[in-house]
Amino acid sequence: MNYDNFQPLIIAFCCQYCSYSAADLAGSMRLQYPTNVRIIRTPCTGRLEVEYYMRAFEKGADGILVAGCLEGGCHFSEGNLLAKGRVGYTGKFLSESGIEKERIRMINISAAGARPFVEQLNDLIEVIKLLGPNPLTKISNPLNKETLQ
Amino acid sequence: MIVAQRKSVPELLDILGCNKKVLVLGCGTCVTVCLAGGEREVSIISSALRISSRIRELKLEIQEHTIERQCDNIFIEKAADAISKNDVILSLGCGAGVQAIAERYNKPVYAGLDTEFLGILEERATWTEKCVACGKCVLHEFGGICPVTRCAKHMLNGPCSGSREDRCELRPDRPCAWQLIYQRLKSIGELDRLNQMKAPKNWNFSLHGGSRMIIREDHRI
Repeated sequence: MNYDNFQPLIIAFCCQYCSYSAADLAGSMRLQYPTNVRIIRTPCTGRLEVEYYMRAFEKGADGILVAGCLEGGCHFSEGNLLAKGRVGYTGKFLSESGIEKERIRMINISAAGARPFVEQLNDLIEVIKLLGPNPLTKISNPLNKETLQ
Repeated sequence: MIVAQRKSVPELLDILGCNKKVLVLGCGTCVTVCLAGGEREVSIISSALRISSRIRELKLEIQEHTIERQCDNIFIEKAADAISKNDVILSLGCGAGVQAIAERYNKPVYAGLDTEFLGILEERATWTEKCVACGKCVLHEFGGICPVTRCAKHMLNGPCSGSREDRCELRPDRPCAWQLIYQRLKSIGELDRLNQMKAPKNWNFSLHGGSRMIIREDHRI
């Protein structure tokens, strides 16, 4: 299948203490990243549960980026470490369900890391472009993308 | 508490088949604590089943519901409405919960978990087996450490002399139960208990005598 014009829908869960600021800074610095990235601010990546990720894929997201603080730098001590485990567990669940585990990724970024944030985001988008759309959207009627948009 | 683990998604799909309305029924007691079958796990497994069903075109309709306790009729009644609307029930309870639901409703009930053992939360996300429910407790003789459960050879007159550096010969990732028993009895001043030979264990009280039943006449009406 040709995915040349495919623009993946990415949900980026960003911790408000670091990567959300980094994303904000990316805007101030005029760094470019695709417009089809939906940023969701979270109080801490440790607040994110596996069901949120599963539900996002179920609703048609093509990829998920979970951006937390640098390891050892979590505002709540270990929220980002919890998130790391949950992202890994989600990958396992996705593989069992028939979705590539590479579609979800966790990164650790400081509030000043606008450039690494954009680089990581673009890298994930490239990976997902190679994988193609979420298998659910490929199969049936292109479902709930409107819900997410 | 009862400790269980989830079955993999392909295993569940094998069990469920296709073209069905499935109720994924969670239990809010033991399996919630061991992160296998509570409300959250119901949500995750349901999502995974919905995704798989659509990818593999199995036409499964998944509904989620969690009750406080699957092994108690009072709580099972609360799931009656959800159960009546579905063709099959995928229970995320322990083996007792699955059977309690199956006895009460005339619908297929499938086990979504593998029930493992009676254990405790040793540390975060780590559960260990502590009891095999043998029916005749001997813990008082061994300083509160059960050789029937924790010794790989179930020795009552141990140790077996196979342990290495306090580790079990069969399971090097586990401590030798008899090492623990010795240290424990020594620290509480009851080492003399080890001088008494223990008679062979009577397994009639255990599962070897068939499924067990307890009736408390004083509480019956």
